[in-house]
Amino acid sequence: MRKCALANKNALLAAMAKTAKLYVPVDGADEKSRDVNSRLAGAYYAEWKDGTQLSKKLNTTRSPKDFFFPQTENMMTFKMTGKKLEIFDTRREHEDFILFGVRACDVRSFTVLDNVFLSDPVDSYYANRRAHGIIVSMACNKPAGTCFCRTFGIDAADPEGDVICWEDDAYIYLTAKTEKGEGLLNAVADVTEDCADDAADAVKATVNERLDKLPLADLKSDAFGGGKTDTFFNDPAWNELSEACLGCGTCTFVCPTCQCYDIKDFNTGREVIRFRCWDSCMYSDFTMMAHGTNRPNHMQRFRQRFMHKLVYYPENNGGLFSCVGCGRCLSRCPISMNIVKVMKKLGGNENAE
Amino acid sequence: MQTVTRDLLLQKACELLDAGTVNRVYGWQKGQFDYDVTPAVFSSREELEKDFVYNDFCGANFSKYLIKETAGEGKILVFLKPCDTYSFNQLLTEHRFDREKVYAVGIPCDGMADIRLIEEEVGEGVTGVETDGDKLIVHTLYDGDVKLNRADYLAERCRVCKSKKHVAYDELLGEDGDVVDSARFDEVAKLEAMTPDERFAFWQNELSRCIRCNACRDVCPACTCEKCVFGNPKSGVENKAVSDSFEEKMFHIIRAFHVAGRCTDCGECSRVCPQHIPLHLLNRKFIKDIDAFYGEYQAGAEVGSRAPLVDYTEGDMEPGEAVASVDERGGKDA
Ligand code: SF4
Ligand code: SF4
Ligand code: SF4
Ligand code: SF4
Ligand code: SF4
Repeated sequence: MRKCALANKNALLAAMAKTAKLYVPVDGADEKSRDVNSRLAGAYYAEWKDGTQLSKKLNTTRSPKDFFFPQTENMMTFKMTGKKLEIFDTRREHEDFILFGVRACDVRSFTVLDNVFLSDPVDSYYANRRAHGIIVSMACNKPAGTCFCRTFGIDAADPEGDVICWEDDAYIYLTAKTEKGEGLLNAVADVTEDCADDAADAVKATVNERLDKLPLADLKSDAFGGGKTDTFFNDPAWNELSEACLGCGTCTFVCPTCQCYDIKDFNTGREVIRFRCWDSCMYSDFTMMAHGTNRPNHMQRFRQRFMHKLVYYPENNGGLFSCVGCGRCLSRCPISMNIVKVMKKLGGNENAE
Repeated sequence: MQTVTRDLLLQKACELLDAGTVNRVYGWQKGQFDYDVTPAVFSSREELEKDFVYNDFCGANFSKYLIKETAGEGKILVFLKPCDTYSFNQLLTEHRFDREKVYAVGIPCDGMADIRLIEEEVGEGVTGVETDGDKLIVHTLYDGDVKLNRADYLAERCRVCKSKKHVAYDELLGEDGDVVDSARFDEVAKLEAMTPDERFAFWQNELSRCIRCNACRDVCPACTCEKCVFGNPKSGVENKAVSDSFEEKMFHIIRAFHVAGRCTDCGECSRVCPQHIPLHLLNRKFIKDIDAFYGEYQAGAEVGSRAPLVDYTEGDMEPGEAVASVDERGGKDA
């Protein structure tokens, strides 16, 4: 394990930034052009420049999935000249980049996305970005009231990632978990020093104590998982749960694991751009087919989002849930309906209040 | 502090259910943390006693839900804050729900708190918020209980509340208030005083955060098209993509135009925006201009009023005069 005094954190980040583009969570208030609304909008990822102040917020409002699966991306273009049709491949080899300060929940979300985009047939757009990204994760010293990563077996005291970091009052501790991570730690060796492998244990212990005391610490996922479609699909509670849902896409767009997209063509007049953009199962035209949509009412659309996270995805992915308990949907839904309320309502006695 | 209490509303709801005046109640359902209240339909005294809540986080405007709820059988009780009653009237003006199927109870309101402002102050470890007179007691994970001045943590729309008066109800709980001389146009005036470049930069910055989730549209009581053109694959302008920030500007400007003269300034759009974009400033600019060009007009103040934009009178201002007046109110070219 390596460590670096917090006073030298800027030098550490500078050393990382020398190896690849470095993105860090920042607050809107940092930059003068961003006003009070930007601040209240929460933290977001921005490219690190010398002296950039990192956000003290626990997590970013938008999840870092954007780096691998951006909200909009062009896939190819077509051009017609007379009777000749040309197709242009718009893919380019992505440059290396580092995501610094990713939380354990969000690191797990990349695994959730990998299972979808990197399984056969591999999504080359996603794979390209993923191959070039280095994840530097950070343990959560102060989990929020809305966090429930542990419900899904995620350890905020000991995240996954290429490089794992912990911070106490004096130092940032770093350890590499992958080859990529070792490469990065070697590159920043000048600004870090060796330390005992248990140097971060005190931080881990504190985080664990705090996780024990979270308001959602008792939430269990046991009732859910693969094979439970029949148990939950026809539960009358879906009607009540979905009653006030606006069918906006806020929950899906802030969610680190929501992975649905739409593919469309845009005719610029000179060429046709084929692009994809995030879609939401909460939208009435989601997966619209020639015969109409396969989910004609809103209860069905609402049910899909939660059944996907809690039943269908685990069924197809060896039991892995596709909610990582980040709490974003808890704090951003306009009507405060969310996966925790759904789990409590449907999850049997274990989750009852 | 709110002058009406949960108990008072609960009692009223049970009384109206028992008397058969209504068969359902539209109310607020308690969540895990006090601030995560969900709008819900209650059908019995038991349900109400178990989950009905009224606190400083009951900001949701129920008017729009009445479109769906009045399609059902029987009457529904709805609790309306003063600002909600304007939306209620505006929806009636547009014939969007069946008034006969609603029993509206007006409730006085002292403003609703904004959890984002509270979290900005005390951090993200909030586990609950209680109101104690003019103070908020915030329960936190890491700093114990923190006492805040309630007035400083009210939502923006409540700090510049335009009216304490209910413009629609069947029954009123407590005393009615008055239309308030509020500071709601102050921020608009600041924008007007900017140069076009500064103003462009302001909106570019704000709208650059938009994730196009459509929550602003979906919550808006003036946005009640059964299928929005932006969500209809057959419209030709359907779009979920954020291809560049220009598209976002177009979406928001078109939406602001579409609700101009019908927007009651209920503030729901800004409340729900996950990116805290001050959408109310766009709408208030339209309201302010309509007031200046055609005389004061408040959408929803009465049922059946014609918005100036769709009501031709010979005395209407000529477009040229309107454009010329921009110079007088600042906003000249740089
Ligand atoms: S659950 Fe909430 S965020 Fe999601 S679509 Fe419904 S109202 Fe919007
Ligand atoms: S469903 Fe909610 S809590 Fe779960 S990963 Fe998505 S945003 Fe986070
Ligand atoms: S959900 Fe867990 S990993 Fe994610 S931010 Fe909260 S404590 Fe950290
Ligand atoms: S609610 Fe906010 S983020 Fe969502 S579409 Fe409206 S302005 Fe954009
Ligand atoms: S635009 Fe905003 S303020 Fe105006 S009616 Fe719609 S939600 Fe309310």
